[in-house]
Amino acid sequence: MTTNKSGEQQSITELDRVTIRFAGDSGDGMQLTGSQFTATTALFGNDVSTLPDFPAEIRAPAGSLPGVSGFQISFSSGDIHTPGDRPDVLVAMNPAALKVNIADLVPGGGIIVNTDAFNEINLRKAGYESDPLKDRSLQGYNLYEIPMSTMVANACEGLGMTSKQIELTKNFFALGVMFWLYERSMAATEKWIAEKFAGKDAVAEANRRALHAGYAFGETTEMFHTHYRVAPAHLPPGMYRNITGNEATALGFVTASRLAERDLFLASYPITPASDILHQLSSYKHLGIKTVQSEDEIAAIGAAVGAAYGGALGMTTTSGPGMALKAEMLGLAVMVELPLVVVDVQRAGPSTGMPTKTEQGDLLMSMFGRNSDSPIPVVAPATPAECFTMAIEAWRIALKHMTPVVYLSDAFLATGAEPWLIPQVADLPSIKVENAPAATGPGFRPYKRDPETLARPWAVPGTPGLEHRIGGLEKLDELGTVSYDPDNHHRMNLLRAEKVARIVRDIPATEIYGDDRGELLILGWGSTYGSIRSAVERLRARGRKVGHAHIRHINPLPGDLGEILQRFDKVLMPELNAGQLRMLIRSKYLVDAIGFNLVRGKPFQIGEIEAKAESLLGESVEVAK
Amino acid sequence: MTQSELPVLTKKDFESDQDVRWCPGCGDYSILAQTQKTMPDFGVAKEKIVFISGIGCSGRLPYYMNTFGFHTIHGRAATIATGLKAARPDLMVWVITGDGDALSIGGNHLIHAMRRNVDMKMIMFNNRIYGLTKGQASPTSPIGKKTKSTPLGTIETPIIPLNLVAAAEASFIARSVDTHSEHLQEMMHRAGEHSGAAFLEVLQNCNIFNDGAWRDFTDKSVKEDRMLVLKHGEPMIFGAEKNKGIRLNGLRPEVVTIGENGVSVADLWVHDETDPDATRTQILSRMWWPDFPVPVGVFRRVPRPTHDQLLVEQIDGAKAARAAKGPVDLQKLLASGETWTVE
Repeated sequence: MTTNKSGEQQSITELDRVTIRFAGDSGDGMQLTGSQFTATTALFGNDVSTLPDFPAEIRAPAGSLPGVSGFQISFSSGDIHTPGDRPDVLVAMNPAALKVNIADLVPGGGIIVNTDAFNEINLRKAGYESDPLKDRSLQGYNLYEIPMSTMVANACEGLGMTSKQIELTKNFFALGVMFWLYERSMAATEKWIAEKFAGKDAVAEANRRALHAGYAFGETTEMFHTHYRVAPAHLPPGMYRNITGNEATALGFVTASRLAERDLFLASYPITPASDILHQLSSYKHLGIKTVQSEDEIAAIGAAVGAAYGGALGMTTTSGPGMALKAEMLGLAVMVELPLVVVDVQRAGPSTGMPTKTEQGDLLMSMFGRNSDSPIPVVAPATPAECFTMAIEAWRIALKHMTPVVYLSDAFLATGAEPWLIPQVADLPSIKVENAPAATGPGFRPYKRDPETLARPWAVPGTPGLEHRIGGLEKLDELGTVSYDPDNHHRMNLLRAEKVARIVRDIPATEIYGDDRGELLILGWGSTYGSIRSAVERLRARGRKVGHAHIRHINPLPGDLGEILQRFDKVLMPELNAGQLRMLIRSKYLVDAIGFNLVRGKPFQIGEIEAKAESLLGESVEVAK
Repeated sequence: MTQSELPVLTKKDFESDQDVRWCPGCGDYSILAQTQKTMPDFGVAKEKIVFISGIGCSGRLPYYMNTFGFHTIHGRAATIATGLKAARPDLMVWVITGDGDALSIGGNHLIHAMRRNVDMKMIMFNNRIYGLTKGQASPTSPIGKKTKSTPLGTIETPIIPLNLVAAAEASFIARSVDTHSEHLQEMMHRAGEHSGAAFLEVLQNCNIFNDGAWRDFTDKSVKEDRMLVLKHGEPMIFGAEKNKGIRLNGLRPEVVTIGENGVSVADLWVHDETDPDATRTQILSRMWWPDFPVPVGVFRRVPRPTHDQLLVEQIDGAKAARAAKGPVDLQKLLASGETWTVE
């Protein structure tokens, strides 16, 4: 029990896990509110997972349904893998935000609304015929009505700001309320305000006052009968920070450059949801990183190939539509056998699709979307933090095997965040490879291969004696001159395939969570990791014989996968596409893998995978094996 | 061995061991020969020179140069050159392209390489036809040109390449003719000496699919009267008798005869390669036979920082600014933002 200022007692309720969704107009600052709550919650020591959900339009008409922007955060005293299926609490800054999100809220969940936004115009824009705050339609929920605009207007009186400027601080009022409700400190956000609005004293003060007013409102009002405590999680020891997939990807490439002892060069064309990687790497000029904003997607990968030819870590970042444009240049990179990393932050398609929404639809394009047989290794991180490791892994493979590599992230990983145990750079293994040495006299063979990896030498311009010509025309084995010889072409095709196939020799064994044999294996890749893992945890808690394997190396597939698949009665493959990895698994291993495929631009909910798995399992009894 | 101790190289040093496989009589042979002859001029070691090409007959040239060479894909040579030069400012980068490669499929990259002032020397072989694909209309084919793909004649207005690159802020613009070997060599030399994006259009004859495309004014018997050789700082005079000239009337060029109607040499347009305003470059680029003599020579040559220079400058500046705050530590970068420690 705690005591509020008016002397009344308020209770504290202990919770293991809470999921909150902040929702408002795109102009209401919901992404900021969400990320501030996330940062504070991570600092507090909870495990967190987040899912931003925003419209592609920068500012859809104010108050309209398409203009609603949301940010969901789940935090827990235990280990969590997803941003939560359904929010326990919805913060709705206007009627449209309420309308769009109410169906997701758990029955009996809390709704905190800004009543000042519930006027006739906004209700009409949201399509409400009557005011939901008054017509009892919300009686199945705990409704908290707060006139936030009025409260911030009062709090910011005397600062000499316009009412419009003051209105912009109401998201910090809502944040203050939530900080109080979940026992969070305001310190980190106060520090952020001071830094962000340095030199703009009135704006900083207004935001600070709004934040404090929200917190004080929670503390003093009789509206909330309880506040909630979610104890810190027991994460492995070490230093942590909160990180999104795009941030981890960018830092992974910076680190790869260090580990390879080569310059990093990024050429990229802006595209949602990949642009943040370009922005972040462009801000690292002081680290010697070169970036070019190219004139188009083709120019971006072209420049990356040019940089790779020159001996740098040449790379490009894009999303599906851009990936489609890069196909021909990827084919050239296959032919000239230069190291290159292409990042595809997948989004819902086809065509422009839903640019801010997630999907896993580019797997087969990455594998096969080029003319003729042109094998390319494909890797895919499973969580936002893992984007760091896999970015380094992509470069390790590219350099060791002299090949372009596709790195498949997605919108959910890119913008979602989780705590990251910061690795020690000194502990990370080198991925350095050497250039071909200078030569005297003729006879340099640009396609003479390493007997182990089949990689060709990296013969960079500027090296005396290595003058040679490469290009997109078929190469004569070893010599690298142009060849139309039929048998040579066949041999080179086999060599290109074998080179990529041999990568399997140095990719790690597949880890299986849960049962390593039994009734059901759930096999996934990419950002579905969290939902699958959580579903398997729940199934096993009920005694189900279920295992979870998650593939990071899609081409080549791990060497032990075929044998693992044989150990389970059934294999379920949830994917946010029509069954693309499943097609590969079925064709390679002749396994009757069962698909679970949803393409709604959203991650799977844990419950959906759980229910699908249950439908494939027998009666709920322990089966002796 | 340092750059200053380089042995003197000759044309032979720049010939590769590959058999040249253009059609007999093709204008490309002359361009190749002048390229090989010009390379020793620059005092750059062979291994520091890179030839990058796109697709088309011109795209074959790198195979015949004993330097580093990269025969890339259609239209994209400029993009690869951009990345290579950014990553390796120490290299001398040449781009070999054609009218289809540079102006059609690669049009966008051409514009942006020029405006960025990527330090590349681009030689565009203009034969007004698609040769490698056996004779379709190109973006420089004149209206009415009958080809396999335009049996009734093309209905599309041709691009004037030099006008386009002038609009794209190219810092060096020149034109020459495949068979005018001395002039072509001089233009290559000038392009190679230029720091920044150089664009050299070579009027080239495809004797198989578009024979005689330029003959009306490039032929030995008529070229004196029908072409204008531009010389920096000199009045524009042409004609076998050196009595014709170009006068600029406002922004309109006129052909005049020296000594007639009171016209003297002092009235003529004096060529200025270094004019920072590209308006006159564009006027020159639009002069065409039979209304005007066709100008060849250096149209424009203006100093401008190159893309790689500016990129390196930014990095050096950022490094210096950062160094003032202590050494850059990757470990600290990874741990930037709010962190917390779990015991």
